[in-house]
Amino acid sequence: MNLPRLKFSGKLSTSDKLYNFFATLTGLAIFTTEFFKQVFIPPFEIREIKKHMDELGVKTFGIVSITGIILGLVLTMQSQPVMQRFGASDFLPAMVSISVVRELGPVITALIFAGRVSSGIGAELGSMRVTEQIDAMEVSAINPFKYLVVTRIIATTLILPILTIYVMVIAIMGGYIAVIIVENMNFAYYQSAVVSAVQFGDLIPGVAKTFVFGFIVGIVGAYKGYSTEGGTEGVGKASTTAVVLSSLIILIFDTILVKITVWLWPTI
Amino acid sequence: MADNIAVKVENLTKGFPDLKVLENISFDVETGENLVVFGKSGTGKSVLLKCIIGLMKPEAGRIFVHGADVLNISIKELNEIRKNIGFLFQGAALYDSMSVRQNLEFPLKRNFSFTQKEIDGKIDRTLELVSLSEAVDKMPSELSGGMKKRIGLARAIITEPQLMLYDEPTTGLDPITSKEISELIINLQNHLKMTSIVVTHDLMCAKIIADRAIFLRDAKIAYEGDIESLTNSDDKFLKNFFSFDLIKES
Ligand SMILES: Nc1ncnc2c1ncn2[C@@H]1O[C@H](COP(=O)(O)OP(=O)(O)OP(=O)(O)O)[C@@H](O)[C@H]1O
Ligand SMILES: [Mg+2]
Repeated sequence: MNLPRLKFSGKLSTSDKLYNFFATLTGLAIFTTEFFKQVFIPPFEIREIKKHMDELGVKTFGIVSITGIILGLVLTMQSQPVMQRFGASDFLPAMVSISVVRELGPVITALIFAGRVSSGIGAELGSMRVTEQIDAMEVSAINPFKYLVVTRIIATTLILPILTIYVMVIAIMGGYIAVIIVENMNFAYYQSAVVSAVQFGDLIPGVAKTFVFGFIVGIVGAYKGYSTEGGTEGVGKASTTAVVLSSLIILIFDTILVKITVWLWPTI
Repeated sequence: MADNIAVKVENLTKGFPDLKVLENISFDVETGENLVVFGKSGTGKSVLLKCIIGLMKPEAGRIFVHGADVLNISIKELNEIRKNIGFLFQGAALYDSMSVRQNLEFPLKRNFSFTQKEIDGKIDRTLELVSLSEAVDKMPSELSGGMKKRIGLARAIITEPQLMLYDEPTTGLDPITSKEISELIINLQNHLKMTSIVVTHDLMCAKIIADRAIFLRDAKIAYEGDIESLTNSDDKFLKNFFSFDLIKES
């Protein structure tokens, strides 16, 4: 695998920056191809994948919990006056839960996850690169791409959907809290309103795209870290650009995926 | 190629954009021989070692390790060769997410099928060789620079490879430890018939271990021979390079 080298020394001209932009895209494409070439070849490093999933879960549990609650609270408080004005208060649970399940839950969780995780992976692999730990693995006849990169990408791809479902549940709970602050609604009613509003067809595209988002977070972080150059300064850059780039790509893919979902499930 | 040649480097040329590092370098290392590589900082000694192990691709030239043309074989074949090579990085390159024990276990568990008991035995013995038995459960961040170096050395030799590439094994160590490490290298040569290429600035270490030395200068091998002939040379540059030692001796 030969990744294109970015220009990083001194002050970059506009053409250098343009070059770096396309080199990054090319690099990401090469990196992704390499991932699919290697992911199906044993050994599968199940233990490493599990370890990374544990770590990612622990690392992001707190922040996604808070995000979930606040998401539900804010969304409900924001919509309540409007719904009330139109005499549609009864639809509040349905509206909140559908927004959370179809769009806001997956995207917000993915963006939070990107901020926390792709920077972490970028920094981790970046410092392994500049201190020659990746080279050390290579000379020990161990495939560092497989051991370090593939395992992390699988872990992010598998953990994000789980986190997202958790955020959805928490956000809907947050919504209930916001509802009972202003009006009297019993939980059984709220619950049945949510359950009858959210159909399986809403859940599937919402959760399915988080696999894609998780993959993006993993691949961008790993690519930035793995291709780090320029010492500790390079590590810092790798971790910040990983966040920006993965968030951006998540939003772009979300737009595409929303379009595809509407096309696949036209009734809803 | 003769069986007694462990490493053969032919017309090796390697550079970076705007920089010639190695140009047309050729040399052989016999099996069981300790070759010392001298050269001022930045002359490409580390680059040379990295080319031999396949971490860097030279622009031209051929490299044979134990008869295999390492630049023209598949990654799978290269990895088979690498299992038989130990590499000590200049900066030790310990895996900082793993303890010392895990660092040493890593190559053993991945590439060989030893039992846990055998592995533990090897770890104990190797750590004893580098006098760091007490560090076995420490993390790399808790080690001093010289300790890291010695753990790096332990990790490289624990698989008992037939070829060792040392990048400055004694730099940053006190004279006594440095002498112990040099003696360790000699012992490995005697007991395991290990071939070594040792990059060093440390003349005492070189005097202990070297069967032969080459001196890199301006991208070429400027001098070649045994240590005495280099240190006693009348050449102005060599005299200057080794002068610290001359002052001490006179
Ligand atoms: N990855 C790289 N990219 C660009 N230039 C490099 C790279 N690695 C090494 N160089 C250059 O190659 C030259 C030789 O580097 P090398 O690390 O081999 O020196 P050295 O002889 O080991 O020096 P020292 O004794 O200080 O370790 C240096 O001028 C260095 O700037
Ligand atoms: Mg060096």
